[in-house]
Amino acid sequence: MQIDWIHFTPWSSLAGGLLLGLAAALLLLSSGRILGITGIVEGLLPPKAGDTSWRVLFVLGLLLAPVVAKWIFPAGLIGTPRIDTSWAGVVLAGLLVGFGTRYGAGCTSGHGICGLSRLSLRSLVATLSFMFTGFVTVFIVRHVL
Amino acid sequence: MMQRMCEFVTGLLFGLGLLLSGMTDPGKVQGFLDLAGAWDPSLAFVMGGGVLVGLMAFGVAKKRDASLLGAAFHWPHITQIDKPLVIGSLLFGVGWGLAGFCPGPALVTFAAGYDKAVVFVLAMLVGMVVCDAMQRRHALQSH
Repeated sequence: MQIDWIHFTPWSSLAGGLLLGLAAALLLLSSGRILGITGIVEGLLPPKAGDTSWRVLFVLGLLLAPVVAKWIFPAGLIGTPRIDTSWAGVVLAGLLVGFGTRYGAGCTSGHGICGLSRLSLRSLVATLSFMFTGFVTVFIVRHVL
Repeated sequence: MMQRMCEFVTGLLFGLGLLLSGMTDPGKVQGFLDLAGAWDPSLAFVMGGGVLVGLMAFGVAKKRDASLLGAAFHWPHITQIDKPLVIGSLLFGVGWGLAGFCPGPALVTFAAGYDKAVVFVLAMLVGMVVCDAMQRRHALQSH
């Protein structure tokens, strides 16, 4: 195994991960809700009476993050996203991610971070499943095709 | 009011965490998923940091009847490992590997105005709506 030392960012990734955990802790201990992006967005498609404002507020905060990041993080800390996938690939991937996270009832946040923290066996199975096909897909795209 | 503010701050904190962690860079996500190439282990640190804090928070929550602000906990009620869970997660992983985006980071990068992220998010929302429609039809047929 060969490590990509140039792109390896243990400290900022750990700090970012701690922030994700802190956000999940804050939502849980204030609103009693589990932080899962799929579930939060799903509840807005379509919005239901009495169960909308918290979702909208959360998504609003999420969408404002790039602007706030520019104020508070030093320049250059957050790199430009590298999106190498073709347009057709992006569309196909979006459809798969949308369908799959809904059908599997969660994504990297709900199953990955919160589910594992909750010691949920269901979320462990989900996380191992999407990581497995993630590894296989990148292997095929980068080393077979 | 306090609760509403927490919900907004939570979204913001989560978005900042995603940006800082590198999850909003598809190249970095794919670098983590590329075990056979030059492997970037950073995402294991993201998961480790998130779960470390999460374990403490859920440990506290499980011992309580209500949140610190008095709200009821919305615990998931499904516990069985069923086919939709596994099939859905496997499909999600294919899309995740293909573009390097999962839902949260895609929304943040969408908000930052990257054209491919905008298209990804639109396709993702279509995928979610299609899944909902399919499940509704299935539920109607089985009744």
